[in-house]
Amino acid sequence: MTEEQTTITMEKDELLGAVSDFHSQGYRLAQICCTALGDTIEINYSFDKEYRFKNLRLSIRPDEEIQSISIIYWSAFTYENEMSELFGVKIRNIVVDYKGHFYRTAVATPFVAPEPDAGNATEKE
Amino acid sequence: MFFKKSPWIIHYDATSCNGCDIEVVASLTPMYDLERFGIVNTGNPKHADIFVVTGAVNESSRMVVKNIYDQMPNPKVVVAVGICATSGGVFRECYNVLGGVDKVIPVDVYVPGCAARPESIIDGIITALDILERRLVEFRKAKSEARRQEKKLRRYHLND
Amino acid sequence: MSQRNVIPFGPQHPVLPEPIHLDLVTEDETVIEAIPSIGFVHRGLEKLVEKKDYQDFVYVAERICGICSFMHGMTYCQAVEEIMEIAVPERALYLRTVWAELSRIHSHLMWLGLAADAFGFESLFMNCWRLREGILDIIEATTGGRVIFGSCKIGGVRRDIDDETMKGIVEKLGTIGAEIGRTTDVFLNDYSVQHRLKGIGVLSGEEAHALGTVGPVLRASGVAMDARKIDYAAYRNLKFEPVVEKAGDCHARCRVRVREIFQSVDLIGQAARKMPGGEIFVKVTGAPNGEFFSRVEQPRGEVIYYVKANGTKNLQRFRVRTPTFANLPAMVKMLEGASIADVPNIILTIDPCISCVER
Ligand code: SF4
Repeated sequence: MTEEQTTITMEKDELLGAVSDFHSQGYRLAQICCTALGDTIEINYSFDKEYRFKNLRLSIRPDEEIQSISIIYWSAFTYENEMSELFGVKIRNIVVDYKGHFYRTAVATPFVAPEPDAGNATEKE
Repeated sequence: MFFKKSPWIIHYDATSCNGCDIEVVASLTPMYDLERFGIVNTGNPKHADIFVVTGAVNESSRMVVKNIYDQMPNPKVVVAVGICATSGGVFRECYNVLGGVDKVIPVDVYVPGCAARPESIIDGIITALDILERRLVEFRKAKSEARRQEKKLRRYHLND
Repeated sequence: MSQRNVIPFGPQHPVLPEPIHLDLVTEDETVIEAIPSIGFVHRGLEKLVEKKDYQDFVYVAERICGICSFMHGMTYCQAVEEIMEIAVPERALYLRTVWAELSRIHSHLMWLGLAADAFGFESLFMNCWRLREGILDIIEATTGGRVIFGSCKIGGVRRDIDDETMKGIVEKLGTIGAEIGRTTDVFLNDYSVQHRLKGIGVLSGEEAHALGTVGPVLRASGVAMDARKIDYAAYRNLKFEPVVEKAGDCHARCRVRVREIFQSVDLIGQAARKMPGGEIFVKVTGAPNGEFFSRVEQPRGEVIYYVKANGTKNLQRFRVRTPTFANLPAMVKMLEGASIADVPNIILTIDPCISCVER
């Protein structure tokens, strides 16, 4: 192991509190990423302070709505727009909301597309 | 006649990984010096004769590529640099990639390689020069033919 | 009351090597707001992991970006190795370090050239790119490729550099280094360069930290954060300090990169001296199961790879957060209040790599 990486799982309503905790401790927002796992979507919020890497994990159903953390970390808007566009996660109150015009992909929410192969076949023709 | 002595190129990156882009720029810089052929890199499509495209085209860049192509004056040639621009390469199966520049605009020269080496890029552009020259002759012929037809038509009208 | 105009900038623009589009809301000559929109290079390669074998995916990872291609491959390999708990031979780690530092030198030289082009110093641009060819020659001699090396694989590296060659490289870097020094002097001391860069696009340390910036942009604002300190590859055995500048303007970012070139030359020298013998790879069998966030300092800053695997040949999720993606918000903030003439400079000083951003 090159480095220690802690992951803390939490509930949807604890999100803003936990994030602002990190913010007040002086952590830097390292990244936000999404993983589609069948019927749940896993979201990882990663923070870094002096090379200590901490991870907040949130599991939601695809139709659930979550709060944007861009009011705490302004720079989160790029990640959140990405999530809502590629994964179709519903996020409330993003500071700069592109409303699906960030990437403008050929297929809507490609990472959770129902049948990727079928989608590709029609798109390539 | 001497058109091919000073063609200007325009370069656009349509979803390339940058590898081919920097090689295109590298072939313009002192080491490989494409400029010795009188070639100048321009940013304005209306000044350009050769269109160098890198990367497989995606949904958003498709319109841009088309736009640049349409803005270029006739005659014009398109050079597709890199395997991405030729067929899609490793990215062929990606959901957002159309696969190959020729899906959008007609391509005259394909430069293979991932990344295409500066030598082969230069080779591709030199090949494009000949095509450009040929196009020019055809273009002139078509123009004078059109003019002739027009004159004929006008005479016809006058006699009427 | 002056009028507000929206000026579209890009995607195809003479100073932009890559397509990004910005809507600049301006009042007279001043930018009030900048709204970036991307997507011209989005390929969707993260989803390719579902179709490709995890060992073959190194090739795709290398092609995320042609500038730091080796480092992308290396970060991916590190992530998988970490999950599978593979002990990579020491020599391979050193070789990776050497190639990574060579990439950094060539990337920074390339950036210096592009920056010179952006402020209209054509001969300086040509000179930087000429010097860069010297580095590319070394890379080509040792890996066979100029931009895509293909020399990293899971479990180690594909090629070895013998000691004779290694000595030659260090020597050659010495001579190129002297030449680079003469050119970078222009960046550091020339009046016209300072005139274009000093005091432009200032980002304070707190702002930079709050905006989550990484790499030279963060370090130019006085925050010493360099992901190489996480001790991946051979960096734990090498001595170096993150390069830090205080001013936070465009010129400071330029100075950071100039100094990093020489730091990299030094690191390669150290690595050459300490490089142990032995194997360069271990055989890898089986499939990864687990997850890891792998972090590497690329020329543009810290990159984060997230790899999640479930014990099959295809990974479950592969995600890249590239440095430019983290620097975009900072760029937007810096553009606010800048004058139109400085926009190209500011955009370039974050060293945007758009194909990284959109993958
Ligand atoms: S052909 Fe290879 S180097 Fe060129 S743009 Fe495509 S992936 Fe990159």
